[in-house]
Amino acid sequence: MDASKAQFRRVAARTGRQVTLSFEGTSLHATTGDSVLAALLESGALIRRLEFGGEPRAGFCLMGACQDCWVWSAEGGRIRACTTEVVDGMVLFAEPKPTARLHG
Amino acid sequence: MADIVIVGAGPAGISAAETLCANGLRPVLIDEGARAGGQGYRRPADGLALDMNRLMGSEAGKYAALHRRFEALLPRIDYRPRTLVWAVDGSTLHLLRDGRTETLAFGKLLIASGAMDRIAPLPGWTLPGVFTLGGAQLALKDQGCLIGSRVAFLGSSPLLALAAKQYREMGAEIAVIADTTPLSAKLSALPELLRAPRTLARGLVYMAASLRAGTQMLHGVTPVAVEGQSRVEALLLRDQRGRERRFACDAVALGYGLKPETQLADLAGAQFVHDPDFRLFLPKIDGLGRAGPALYLAGDGVRIGGADAAEASGALAAHAILGDLGRPQDIAAIRQLARRIERLRAFQRGLARAFAWPKAQIAALPDSVTLCRCENVTAGEVRAVMSREFGPIEVNRVKAMTRCGMGRCQGRVCGPALQEIVAATAGCDGAAAGRLRGQAPVKPIALAAAGTAA
Repeated sequence: MDASKAQFRRVAARTGRQVTLSFEGTSLHATTGDSVLAALLESGALIRRLEFGGEPRAGFCLMGACQDCWVWSAEGGRIRACTTEVVDGMVLFAEPKPTARLHG
Repeated sequence: MADIVIVGAGPAGISAAETLCANGLRPVLIDEGARAGGQGYRRPADGLALDMNRLMGSEAGKYAALHRRFEALLPRIDYRPRTLVWAVDGSTLHLLRDGRTETLAFGKLLIASGAMDRIAPLPGWTLPGVFTLGGAQLALKDQGCLIGSRVAFLGSSPLLALAAKQYREMGAEIAVIADTTPLSAKLSALPELLRAPRTLARGLVYMAASLRAGTQMLHGVTPVAVEGQSRVEALLLRDQRGRERRFACDAVALGYGLKPETQLADLAGAQFVHDPDFRLFLPKIDGLGRAGPALYLAGDGVRIGGADAAEASGALAAHAILGDLGRPQDIAAIRQLARRIERLRAFQRGLARAFAWPKAQIAALPDSVTLCRCENVTAGEVRAVMSREFGPIEVNRVKAMTRCGMGRCQGRVCGPALQEIVAATAGCDGAAAGRLRGQAPVKPIALAAAGTAA
């Protein structure tokens, strides 16, 4: 995915505490109240790679039904990006870390 | 133990809770969402500078009133947001909250689980930048974001024009509004649509607004593909005259009307029957919303009717509960609610014809199209399994052999299209192809969390 261009475009400002999270080793800024998905897609990141073949995915239903926006935390847990709010210091990955996969 | 549990805090659930409270009862109201209102009347999170009055348009008054009524109810109900009901076992609910499970026994259960978009796949629909039509609206209402800067709206639904209007007003370019149902089918549904003239007029206003804004609006299209290398770059269609048309865009909103979220009703023991107008299996209910001895269903989660019908059917189901508890019945109120719901649902039946599910287009999808986005199963793989000697001709067997519908979404997304592919390949109608059964957990939960149950 072309990182230079964001998928989402913010048209309503959000006021709130600024938070920093990391996705695939890159640091992103977001505002409390943002969903993880909105924070990622506003920054031009993808959400995940399909387990079969690695094609990029960026969520689909945006209402917690399709489960196509899972990202992975540093601890190995999965997070549904569209229904999870950002938390300062989150460390996220597009694919499960190899060491965490056993416990996923 | 809770005497009465309502699942879902949208218009139906809130209205049911209100009716029960007015009769001195204190229901438990469980909602998966963080904020009440359901998907359609979702309240934005604090801090978002979003003019909801402008966004909700003619429905702004109803939206504000629902939230005022909910606030007034809060002290009188046991409200449990951010709580997923992941299974129903007899008269016990299995809940997940903050990563921990618990159980809740109930006397009466009212499920108002709402709906999601019904989706027809097309080549390229898994590319980043393709979202559901409802999702496109939620991105705006919930997050203050557009799904792209130049958006194509594809499917068959009156909500295509509504969402396009909201997007245009918030600064998006609209690449095209493309509807697969021909205009002639829309005109022939007019008699049913006139059952709700105000709603019909609202729909026409949205369409007129698109025309005034110079947005291309096509009827009777055949979707060809979403094109792009690693994200959406264009939408390719054939118009009604068979000409190929390419619309450059960076996002596609896809929706063919709504389909009820019936998984919990299924686990709670509801019986299902195929509805030929909607081409969906719907739970059987009586005139008040009863689906079993202690089971009540309301709102778009049982019959697509829109927010007004959801509110009325929530109240009606609450009256059924009151009656079954031996309370005196308000016959006049019940009659009025039932009439209102009947009229609004008849209108939706008209809409189902005016904005038809494109079963022939789905049956004709190329073999290479991804049908199941969870498990990466193509239409061709489904057809190949079925064409074997003694191959399956029923959706649950097809699911078992191909994994189509077995992934994390449990067939919520691929189910309706799978139904049509199976029916067309087997040469039977939609009903004979069988119904994808619901399974617990209705949404994925970690085994570790399930193990926390007391």
